[in-house]
Amino acid sequence: MGIGLTHYLILSGILFAIGLFAVITRRNAIMVLMGLELILNSANINFIAFSRFGGINLDGQVAAIFVIVLAVTEAAIALAIILNIYQNYKHIRIDEINKLKE
Amino acid sequence: MTQENLLMIPEISVVILLLPLLGFLFNIFFGKRIGRLSSTIATGIMGICLALASYIAFTKFVYYPDNGMIQLKFDWFTLGPGNAVSVGIGVDNMTAMMLVVVTLISFLVHLFSTEYMRDDKRYSRFFAYLGIFTFSMLGIVIANNFLFMYIFWELVGLSSYLLIGFWYEKDSAANASKKAFITNRVGDLGFFAGIMILFFTYRTFFFDDIFAKILGDSLHGIAPILPFNSGFWLTVAGILIFCGAIGKSAQFPLHIWLPDAMEGPTPVSALIHAATMVAAGVYLTARVFPMFTAHALLFVAYTGAITAFLAATIAITQNDFKKVLAYSTVSQLGYMVMGIGVGAFTNGFFHLVTHAWFKACLFLASGSVIHAMHHAMHHLNDHHTDPQDIRNMGGLRKTMPLTYLTFLFATIAISGVPFTSGFLSKDGILAGTLAFAQLTGNWLIPIAGFGAAGMTAFYMFRLTIEAFHGVPKTKIATQTKENKFVIVFPLVLLAVMSFWFFYSANPIDASKGWFASRMKAPATSVPTAYQFRFLVPEERLKQEEEAQEKLEKANVDENTEKLKKRIHEELEIAYATGQENRDSVEKYKQEFLKNKEEAKARARHPLMAKKSMKDGSGEKEEFLTVFEEKIEEAHLPAMFISVLIAGLGILLSFTVYQFKAMNSDNLANQFGLLYRLSYNKWYIDEIYDASVIWFTLNFSKVLGLFDLKVIDGIVNLTAWVARLAGQATGIFDNVVVDGLVNLIANVTGTLGSIMRKFQTGRVQTYIGLTIVVVILLVYFLA
Amino acid sequence: MLEALFYIFAAMIIGSAAVTAFTKNILYAAFALLFTFFGVAAIYVLLSADFLAISQIMIYIGGILVLIIFGVMLTTNVSIVDIKEGFTGKTSFIIAGIFSAITCIFFIYLAFKMPFINHAPKDVKLPNDSTIKPLGKLLMTNYLLAFEVASVVLLIAIIGAAMIARRHDD
Repeated sequence: MGIGLTHYLILSGILFAIGLFAVITRRNAIMVLMGLELILNSANINFIAFSRFGGINLDGQVAAIFVIVLAVTEAAIALAIILNIYQNYKHIRIDEINKLKE
Repeated sequence: MTQENLLMIPEISVVILLLPLLGFLFNIFFGKRIGRLSSTIATGIMGICLALASYIAFTKFVYYPDNGMIQLKFDWFTLGPGNAVSVGIGVDNMTAMMLVVVTLISFLVHLFSTEYMRDDKRYSRFFAYLGIFTFSMLGIVIANNFLFMYIFWELVGLSSYLLIGFWYEKDSAANASKKAFITNRVGDLGFFAGIMILFFTYRTFFFDDIFAKILGDSLHGIAPILPFNSGFWLTVAGILIFCGAIGKSAQFPLHIWLPDAMEGPTPVSALIHAATMVAAGVYLTARVFPMFTAHALLFVAYTGAITAFLAATIAITQNDFKKVLAYSTVSQLGYMVMGIGVGAFTNGFFHLVTHAWFKACLFLASGSVIHAMHHAMHHLNDHHTDPQDIRNMGGLRKTMPLTYLTFLFATIAISGVPFTSGFLSKDGILAGTLAFAQLTGNWLIPIAGFGAAGMTAFYMFRLTIEAFHGVPKTKIATQTKENKFVIVFPLVLLAVMSFWFFYSANPIDASKGWFASRMKAPATSVPTAYQFRFLVPEERLKQEEEAQEKLEKANVDENTEKLKKRIHEELEIAYATGQENRDSVEKYKQEFLKNKEEAKARARHPLMAKKSMKDGSGEKEEFLTVFEEKIEEAHLPAMFISVLIAGLGILLSFTVYQFKAMNSDNLANQFGLLYRLSYNKWYIDEIYDASVIWFTLNFSKVLGLFDLKVIDGIVNLTAWVARLAGQATGIFDNVVVDGLVNLIANVTGTLGSIMRKFQTGRVQTYIGLTIVVVILLVYFLA
Repeated sequence: MLEALFYIFAAMIIGSAAVTAFTKNILYAAFALLFTFFGVAAIYVLLSADFLAISQIMIYIGGILVLIIFGVMLTTNVSIVDIKEGFTGKTSFIIAGIFSAITCIFFIYLAFKMPFINHAPKDVKLPNDSTIKPLGKLLMTNYLLAFEVASVVLLIAIIGAAMIARRHDD
């Protein structure tokens, strides 16, 4: 059988699950960020797969472009925040930064 | 009013009115800064006022003696459409005379005070007060309406209060000023009520309008308007307005404040409490004379007579120099009021003027004496002796000759010795009372009048002899010295003013003099039914009688016609039916006659006149009323009696005090009860203390108790109920409302603590949960 | 041939992603991420999205990944502290594992069961031309507003990041 939409969807699903796992379990903020990038990549794979097979043509690719743009901004700001956190806490262990609980 | 220019009389009178106000304002604001100059300014202003007042009096008396009141009227303020309140000023002969009296005495008192008050620390303040007093007094004088009159009336009360209490550091002075003010308020209340009755009825404050409306116009068929359509209420209004005079002119029973008012500086006593302010009441009585009904006049006359007699008896035994003069003033005021009350309007007002001169003279002389005594005491370093007690004086004749002479002359004048002004006016009043008694039978009034005249002569000479004759009773008296020119000059001037020739060429009869001819009694406005018949102008009587006869005739004619017709009918029936109806015809006839009699009786007014007056006494045309004619008749007997009585009084006084033929202490012991009554002023103050004041105090105590027990009880009860309700509400609040709130809070709390488990504060948990939800959404929605 | 390439790259993506997720060494994770991105770019090529494949390599690998490594270097004291970073805890590890597995299964389930899967064309003709031109047209026409907004977002992100990361000396 040829490689169809389903294959790509399965691939992106697995990638998403791995990213989710990283996001949830990692203590280091930067590792969480990496997990997020994985998730975003899985989403992009979906978009492009749909653009290839789903009949939405290039619109899917345009969406992917915006996702990449947002990923970049997110990465930049997230890292800035992480740096800020580091300056305040001298660490970036995200499970210990639970001020929100109070 | 005529169209001629009236020689600026109203305008100048306004200037006279406002100048003292200017002086007051100047002295009250800048007095401290200019110091001694304030008296110069105030006296100068009074001098100008005096000159202007003399001008007004001259023009009025010479050029317009018969012009009635020269008036200025204007709308002051408007209460809704057509309800303008008009006020104004007016000058008639009486006003012109009063202007001269007030300004002259005020001027002299100012002059006197420059020396008398020299050492006072509130020197300029004193002159400011004198200024506002003069302003208010002039206001009363030139007011031509009740509203202005009342305003200035109260202003006079205020300035009197300020001046009596001028030395307010002394308790007695402060109390006296309060007493004067409050006592005056009692009278003013009546005055105000009277004004309200009149305004309610006539919708105007002007004297002339009110009098005109009371009078009506029988020629043109305009009926008189009376308050509440009854003569009774007119009487009430008159008496109420007279109440103001009772207060201000210190008539019985409100006379108690005047002797106490002597606590004020002596010039003040001379100005306010002898010559001018207390005369305001008399002036008011004279002003509203036309509206006094017969009953009201009787009331006025009796009030005056009682006052004159009572005060004279008290004056006999007093030892304080000024107190004697004060009671003498009260007595003389009683005279004036009595004079006006009996209808001797001219003489009552005449006495006001003459009394103003010699009483001011007496007071200023007493001021001179007290001033000298003060200086002597100061000289001797004595600060305890009473400088006003005549028992500390004696022999002042030698040390103060000018004061003595002027005082003596004023005493002669007040005693009613011929060739003085006092004789003229007093005699006129006494003649009036005699005539009144003849016409109405009220003999008590002349008896009181003559009695008071005798006593006046007695106590005035007692005062003169005790103070000035004999040997000095204390060392202080020997040390007294005659005062400076500014003190003596007013005395001399005032004493000279007490000669007869200022008022009439004839030294024993003033009724032909210029004064009497300028101050004719105004014709009464009261309808004939409510007035003494002898006070109503003959002409009006005639007119009314004619009108009445016409009416009566018409009535009778009508009735006659009716009855004739009836009788005719009855007769016809009687003839037709027979004998038995004859009786009823007879009855109708009698009825007819009775009706006629009653109608005739109604036409007459036998209400007041004890003697039925003869109509048409045409031979003496110059008399306006019958009363004036009677006064003329009573003149000679009154003169003889009064001279006799005054002579007796003087003689007795000399016997007892000069020649010591009788011991005064023995006399006092012999007439113990009478002496004590007189010495203690008939216990009137004590009676007030025991009655009115006691009642007021206890009533307020009762009210206080009521307040404490009942009102406070109610308040406390309310508070208690409120507290109880509050507690109930509180319990409800605690249990139910708070319970609900707590329930909600607990539920929320519990839910919160459950939810809290999810709030780890960790980003990762949130992400995981979000994704779970998203997945569930996708699963269930897609 | 294409199938083989797909499976190779899919395996590479999943493998390197797993390393990223499970390794304790943060630097390893970063390098594994590099391979993941690269694999994703290859998948894009397989999906005939050439422009996106290049963008993926340039932006993700050249931009984000470098950024991440900078972040690692700036926040971790490499010389003293062990560079390895652990997980949040065993419990959460297990829960997250189960949860991720369920998610994965759910997605796979969806990939098979979604109705549109059957309507999707089995074999699509590959475009001969580059996608750059049509993409550019689309961005300048249909998606112009989004494009402009994205530029503003980027600008704000630059300013914001600089602003937040700035050292607060006060």
